[in-house]
Amino acid sequence: MTAVLEARGLGKRYRRRWALQDCTLEIPAGHVTGLVGPNGAGKTTLLSLAVGLLAPTAGTIEVCGGVPAGGAEQLAKVGFVAQDTPTYANLSIEDHLRLGAHLNPRWDRSIAQTRIERLGLDPTQRAGKLSGGQRAQLALTLGLAKRPELLILDEPVASLDPLARREFLQVLMEAVAEHDVSVLLSSHVVSDLERVCDHLVVLVDSEVRVEGEVESLLATHHRLTGPRRETDSLPADQHLVSASHTDRQSTLVVRTEAPILDPAWTVTRLGLEDLVLAYMEVPSADTRRNGDARKPALEVLR
Amino acid sequence: MIEFTLDGRSGVSPYLQVVQQVRQALRLGLLTKGDQLPTVKDVVSRLAINPNTVLKAYRELERDGLIAARPGIGTFVTRTLTDDSFAAHAPLRKDLDRWLTKARRAGLDDESIEALFMSTFRSAQEGVA
Repeated sequence: MTAVLEARGLGKRYRRRWALQDCTLEIPAGHVTGLVGPNGAGKTTLLSLAVGLLAPTAGTIEVCGGVPAGGAEQLAKVGFVAQDTPTYANLSIEDHLRLGAHLNPRWDRSIAQTRIERLGLDPTQRAGKLSGGQRAQLALTLGLAKRPELLILDEPVASLDPLARREFLQVLMEAVAEHDVSVLLSSHVVSDLERVCDHLVVLVDSEVRVEGEVESLLATHHRLTGPRRETDSLPADQHLVSASHTDRQSTLVVRTEAPILDPAWTVTRLGLEDLVLAYMEVPSADTRRNGDARKPALEVLR
Repeated sequence: MIEFTLDGRSGVSPYLQVVQQVRQALRLGLLTKGDQLPTVKDVVSRLAINPNTVLKAYRELERDGLIAARPGIGTFVTRTLTDDSFAAHAPLRKDLDRWLTKARRAGLDDESIEALFMSTFRSAQEGVA
């Protein structure tokens, strides 16, 4: 397995505040990886480090086998669509494509033109006059026509309406199917990512809480509901992710490879959204004691 | 050609939903030997899902000997699931209809009927296993 992004002990500090801390992460090639976490978790910082817009305060990061923004060749390998899909308001669509062709050695003119035609956009129109969805599509077109090995998108659909959101993701997934491009995209809305991502990184409070292939994450996390009990009594192979109690009932989210045999528990599967939310909850004293839960062993199958 | 749909609320993983929809179509005779399945690119651009999801579903169906990929042409159905039991569908359906009428007459609402069916189905499965 080759990695498109490898971070070791990566950190970024602004004055006294760490925006990202001790981040060790390996993102495999050939996947669509979702980076989720609440606002302010450090998603944008991590992505900016990956494209070389920021330099790390601590640790190292390698993207597509090189230092981010470390030369023309490296820049050609990585595409980046920044938050709110910025374009040049005064330039026409045509100008954007011409600019792209001049600035990118691997520019694919036919991809760019086909996309704009299929979107039904007038090439002479200025980007400032486009709707939010159209502007996002233009930014995506530029990112794809560059033919990068890794395309990084920061909250690409956050500001789009549901239809534009779906259309954007359709184009993105079609590109993944057609060209050999790995994708890393961030969002604070899990439902956006559920269909498109096969790999997931959950970032909370500038730390990676959990990471892995979506299928295996879903298969190993369970919600247990049953009569109230202390969480110390869990079998050793069950890592506690989150716990909540009423006076009679306990509801736990645990991660385990083994089947849950205790008949007192009602076991249900977790959806991706619930799984992410369980990791986003501020860890209670219970989970802190069960040290493994905060940072479960990283695992990547395949 | 069939079209896939995804139910985001079902809790069934997308790849499994694709597998189930193909198997269902084969079982009901909607797909028969020689029919072409939508290309990965078509499915992906229609549903906005990860291509690996579709590939995984198709691989599983291929492993089960139901479909085969012909490189550069497409993916085709190689076997149907409408075996001898297909002929039994109609009478069984009639029995079920009769049973449903009986259940309604006994005062069961839709939810109770579904619950009764599923719990009976599950305990019967356990009996077999």
